[in-house]
Amino acid sequence: MINQLDPVWQMGLIVLVVLVFSSGLVALMRLVRPQGDFSELISRIKAWWIMAGVFFGAIGVNNRISLVFFGFLSFWALKEYITLLKTRTADHRALVWAFLSVPIQYYWVGTNWYGMAIIFIPVYMFLFLPVRLLLARETAGFVASASQLQWGLMAFVFGLSHLALLLMLPAIENTNANGRTLLLFLVFVVEMSDVLQFVWGKTLGRHKILPAISPNKTWEGFLGGIISTSLAALLIRFLTPFTPLETVGVALLLTIAGFFGGAVMSAVKRDFGVKDFGGLIPGHGGMLDRVDSLCYSAPVFFHYLRFFHY
Amino acid sequence: MTARDLVQLIFFALVLRPFLTLFIGLRVRGREHLPAGPFIMIANHSSHLDTVSLLGLFPLRRLSRIRPVAAADYFERNVLVSLFSKTLFNILPISRKKITTDTNPLPRMEAALHAGQSLILFPEGTRGSGGELAHFHSGAAHLIEKCPGVPVVPVYLVNMGRSLPKGEWIPVPFFCEVRIGLPQKFPGHGREITTALETAVRQLRDL
Repeated sequence: MINQLDPVWQMGLIVLVVLVFSSGLVALMRLVRPQGDFSELISRIKAWWIMAGVFFGAIGVNNRISLVFFGFLSFWALKEYITLLKTRTADHRALVWAFLSVPIQYYWVGTNWYGMAIIFIPVYMFLFLPVRLLLARETAGFVASASQLQWGLMAFVFGLSHLALLLMLPAIENTNANGRTLLLFLVFVVEMSDVLQFVWGKTLGRHKILPAISPNKTWEGFLGGIISTSLAALLIRFLTPFTPLETVGVALLLTIAGFFGGAVMSAVKRDFGVKDFGGLIPGHGGMLDRVDSLCYSAPVFFHYLRFFHY
Repeated sequence: MTARDLVQLIFFALVLRPFLTLFIGLRVRGREHLPAGPFIMIANHSSHLDTVSLLGLFPLRRLSRIRPVAAADYFERNVLVSLFSKTLFNILPISRKKITTDTNPLPRMEAALHAGQSLILFPEGTRGSGGELAHFHSGAAHLIEKCPGVPVVPVYLVNMGRSLPKGEWIPVPFFCEVRIGLPQKFPGHGREITTALETAVRQLRDL
């Protein structure tokens, strides 16, 4: 019976089961250890319920809503990043253009103009922003402004827009897979990996991987997380055109890319001297703290698929 | 409720509040410190977003009783600007220059407080660069001295001048923050009050 459901609904059901299981587990832990403090865990899981609901609502209805949702994700991430930058008064107009590039980029994606979506920020915005900056006639800090802005656009507008590019991919013949199911596969694998790396790290973590950047990341958490996630990915192979072996391989690739995405954003936070990018999601930090891994894994997954399956 | 109140209410409900929440991503600290009755709010000033954000703090039904005190030479510079700022922001225009018995702003501000309205004052007198706090002018202190029973609410506004600095018309959506301090009474005279106000706002800045 379940096999006759649309794959998106099947996936929704799986996520529901995972969430109910986690909430149940925490309830049980509270029964066993009533004196323990589970408030952070509870607020994190509550946030997962909300994020899962919002995400399925955003991708379940139609492409237009999904594009607006991903555009908003990019916008909010860019906001969090730009607010932490040391900007100059002379940057004002260039910053306005940087934010304007968000709707423009998602417009290219929405109209299926792949060629434009893939060069707009790396080529045209790259050429244009320094020109807008020089019109402000302030050379002190020019290079810093141009580079920081372009980096933010690449990571949070270009990079994250690959989620929307994935969504727009057509169906692959003789499989269940289409843009929507592939997007679900990516997001499930990457978020699951974040959670499992956290859980393995908390329980078994001993040896730090990147003590100077992300003191909470350990080898035990990293290896336990990516291996268990890659095995869990087999359960949702029905979303993809992959063989079992390829599923595990792709999941490993995505979790490793995601790990580096998270580590790079940690380095950015270190540089800014902050712990979180904001306070949007209780227990999680800002939007960027949640989508940091996707900034890396989404482009990698999209171009893997384009190369091998389209 | 007058027609003006209604226009302002609709404008805030449909335009400014969504703008503040979804575009600016305004964060508010100390919202619980806002008094229920009339008050004098003292804030730093670096942007047109300041007034918009402060008015956006209040429930819509209170909106018509909150009066931002604004420079007549700027906000009444022509009919259009004047109509705009009076209709949508309900400003209390005061003269910054050539103060005579007729243009003395103090009696008009006192009258507004007695009528149950609240005042928003920017004692720096003009929009600054958003960097160092400028010295406060003495007007706020005179008003507080005359109305010792009205609670004074110090406020510090963060990043407004980065989002929409003087001379720019398109805002950049930096996250902005409103920090509301505890309502206080400021006893004393003139200069003492002014210094105490500066200290109160600076303390919120350094939080």
